[in-house]
Amino acid sequence: MLKIGHYEFRSRLLLGTGKFPNFEIQKQAVDISESQILTFAVRRMNIFEASQPNFLSMLDVSQFTLLPNTAGAKTAEEAVRIARLAKASGLCDMIKVEVIGDERTLLPDPVETLRASEMLLAEGFIVLPYTSDDVLLAKRLQDLGVHAIMPGASPIGTGQGIVNPLNLSFIIEQATVPVIVDAGIGAPSDAALAMEMGADGVLLNTAVSGAKDPVKMALAMKLAIEAGRAGFEAGRIPKKRYASASSPMEGFSRV
Amino acid sequence: MKLHINGQTVDVPDMVTTVTELLVHFELQGKMLVVEHNQTILQKEEHAQTELAEGHRIEIVHFVGGG
Repeated sequence: MLKIGHYEFRSRLLLGTGKFPNFEIQKQAVDISESQILTFAVRRMNIFEASQPNFLSMLDVSQFTLLPNTAGAKTAEEAVRIARLAKASGLCDMIKVEVIGDERTLLPDPVETLRASEMLLAEGFIVLPYTSDDVLLAKRLQDLGVHAIMPGASPIGTGQGIVNPLNLSFIIEQATVPVIVDAGIGAPSDAALAMEMGADGVLLNTAVSGAKDPVKMALAMKLAIEAGRAGFEAGRIPKKRYASASSPMEGFSRV
Repeated sequence: MKLHINGQTVDVPDMVTTVTELLVHFELQGKMLVVEHNQTILQKEEHAQTELAEGHRIEIVHFVGGG
C-alpha cells in the first residue's frame, strides 16, 4: 500500500489528465490504468459556455483522490492561492506544489517550492512538492513535514526517462516519506526502473496522453509499475563481472 | 451593473445581487467550481449571502486537465 498523509492507495501510478485526444479515450485510459490519484490544474472557467464539457464531470469523483497542482504559479504566494482555490472546491485536501522557475526547462524553483510547501503545511494541506532531483532539497522538504517528495526524472513532457539515476537513488535512500517520481517518464521501462530503484510511485501524464494508443500505454504503465515494484520487493541479484552457470556440471553425460 | 469576471468587464442585469444569482445567471449552478470575490475565496455556503456591487472582482475557476 502507498500511504500519503491519511490516505492509502493500492495503485502506485498517479495519472495526469492533460493533453488527451478526447474525454472518451481519457476515460478508458484512466479506467485501465487503475490509478486512484488523478492530477488536475486550476484554471478560469469560460462563463459564457456553461455547457462546455469537463472531464471531472465524467468521473465518479468518490472513486478517486484528486491531486490538483499549482501549475502556472511562479511564486510561493501564487501557489498558495491556487491551492486554497482548489481546496475550496470541497473535493480535495492534497496539493501538488509546482512552482516553475524557468520557462524553457519548466524546472521547479527550489526556494519558492520550499516556501510554498511550508505555508501550505501550516494550513493543513497534504503537501506533495514537485522538485528537482536534489537530495538536499528533498531533505529540507522532509524536515518541513511534506507528505511525499516528487523528484522529476527529467524535464516535464520530455520523455527522456531518468537522466540522473544516481541522484534519484540518493533521494530514495534517505527518504522518510514516499518518493513519487514525477515528470519526464517516456516508456514503461522508465517507470519500471524507477520502481525497481525503490520509488514508492510514479506520476506521469504525457507518456500516456501523447502515446499513439493512450489506452494501451496506460495499461503498459500500470503493468510496468507493478512489475518494477514486485522486482524491488523481491530483491534483484547483484551484478557480477563473470558468468556463473545455471546448470550443474555434476552428472554431465559424456560419450 | 459592471463586474470584473475572470479579467473581463461583464455587464450583468441589476437583478443579480449575490454570487448564487450570478452563477444562476450564467447557468453555472451545480457545477464543480470555486468563486473568489474581491480576493476572498468563498466556500459554497457563502455564495448566497455574498452580495455583489458595481466594480467587484470575481474569479470563477474549475479543474481542467493537467499533470
